[in-house]
Amino acid sequence: MPTNGKSDSKMEIPNGLWIRCDGCGEILYRKSLEQNLFICSRCSYHFRINARKYIEILLDADTFEEFDPHLTPQNPLDFPKYPEKVAEAQKKTELDEGFTYGKGKISSFPIILGVMDFNFMGGSMGSVVGEKVARSIRLAREEKIPLTIIATSGGARMQEGIFSLMQMAKTSAELALLAQERIPYIVILTNPTMAGVLASYASLGDIIISEPKALLGFAGARVIEGTIGEKLPEGFQTAEFLSKHGFVDIVVSRKFLRSTLTKIIDMLWGKGKAEIEPKREFVE
Amino acid sequence: MTISWLEFEKPIADIQDKIDELTAITGYESEISKLRTQIEKLKTKLYSDLTPWQKVLLARHPSRPYMLDYIDLITSEFIELAGDRGFADDKAIVGGLAKIDLGEDKHLNVAIIGTQKGRETKDKIARNFGMPHPDGYRKALRIMKLAEKFDLPIVTLVDTPGAYPGVGAEERGQAEAIARNLREMSVLRVPVVVIITGEGGSGGALALAVGNRVLAMEYSVYSVISPEGCASILWRDSDKAEDAAKALKISSSDLFQFGIIDEIVPEPLGGAHQDYKLAAKYIKESILKYLAELKNMTPEELIAQRVEKFQSIGVYKSN
Repeated sequence: MPTNGKSDSKMEIPNGLWIRCDGCGEILYRKSLEQNLFICSRCSYHFRINARKYIEILLDADTFEEFDPHLTPQNPLDFPKYPEKVAEAQKKTELDEGFTYGKGKISSFPIILGVMDFNFMGGSMGSVVGEKVARSIRLAREEKIPLTIIATSGGARMQEGIFSLMQMAKTSAELALLAQERIPYIVILTNPTMAGVLASYASLGDIIISEPKALLGFAGARVIEGTIGEKLPEGFQTAEFLSKHGFVDIVVSRKFLRSTLTKIIDMLWGKGKAEIEPKREFVE
Repeated sequence: MTISWLEFEKPIADIQDKIDELTAITGYESEISKLRTQIEKLKTKLYSDLTPWQKVLLARHPSRPYMLDYIDLITSEFIELAGDRGFADDKAIVGGLAKIDLGEDKHLNVAIIGTQKGRETKDKIARNFGMPHPDGYRKALRIMKLAEKFDLPIVTLVDTPGAYPGVGAEERGQAEAIARNLREMSVLRVPVVVIITGEGGSGGALALAVGNRVLAMEYSVYSVISPEGCASILWRDSDKAEDAAKALKISSSDLFQFGIIDEIVPEPLGGAHQDYKLAAKYIKESILKYLAELKNMTPEELIAQRVEKFQSIGVYKSN
């Protein structure tokens, strides 16, 4: 379920003029890759991008207002070397924690957007991530604005032990309250979203979207292989696999995330047009 | 049933063997009574100073009472309900309607749900060693919704290594099943009392453990990951499980200190497996105590209290 904050694939897009695609090995020109939203022009491999980039891709320019950027983790278990790992992640990502959320606009629709960042200890969920996710849900409920969360995570953060586990219940309980108020909650799954995060708020969207080929699952492949004693088939636990089995609504390229999300919010929440009132009251 | 002994319990087992031997012959009553005093002393000493890893071993003790043992001892009647109405009946989870005897011919109707590990090899396999599939979590939720519909309080007993990591479990949405239980349990309109009775194995345990009151038995553990799993991820060495058990702080006393559980349910000296009846008595007392506390709360109050309980968990700093 939890993660150690490492991944076997590349953590970040390397600097430099030319970049080798992790999907097909093609050498790509950085600038055109960037223009293509970090999708390989040859094999459509989606490079991992950070929270800031997703905000830039999804929201109307300069509309994002961040909330609670400086909630920082503690070491409730006195877990060995945990503070050092946090400090390292903070330095690397220039973030205080692995979840960024705030208020913004998408095609003029107000939206609460939360984005996880895999570069921060594998997107693992400890107290801060759980609390910020919960606060983003509460903000959506209080302001009556649709919520979107972009998920990527190895799972719960082991170093915060039982506190991490409880964040699954905390975030899911907040979503129950949001559902009672009938505010849309749309999840965008990205590569990878696993374990405790997929087993809580990342599986509870009214609508669940995934980027292509994202790795999605409860148990890690190695754990399953160790349990059943055989190799897993190609394509197991991908977005397409989950879609086939009925757990993902739409698998969509990063290029169409913004337009897809706009359409969904419009259809669930708008009044059949893109110009909307900031708040909408329900008539019972 | 004969109790099996753990490695660290060997000194106790040796004296117990002697007692058993002497009991078979007559004329050694005073010897036996001396040995009994000795064994009690030894137990008191040994069990008051357990390492975190020894507590894990006790929580997993092969002779530990399981869900069905407790049902026998706690309820006067039990009707088991089966199936998730979608795919299967997962035997790793047992649930149904029960009556708890309150004395003086009074009974309390409840829904009771829990994981079942299985005792002998065949039974263990049938119960999948207490590791539920999504179908099990969906069955549990179905029974909880039934309880809500007919205004019955819910009791869950949790003892699982975790949700099953397998192909079918992934295909049928293990993550979704757990997530849904977390969300739906948090807004149930009836009282929910949870007791961690053995292993509280991560999300697979939490999916039955969103309660108004969450209790843990003295020698139970509750953790985000097994000590073996933690050691293998962090130190690439599952033999360091003892260190991980210490670092993860998963014993009932840790959980109580952290405010994760509301009460430690005491166990008979040496663990629940030493005296099933006494263990069940303590559990029953706790269940009744907390159901009584929750009895007069409105559905809205129950939901608010349960949601706030989990909202408040977390340690962080606002800069």
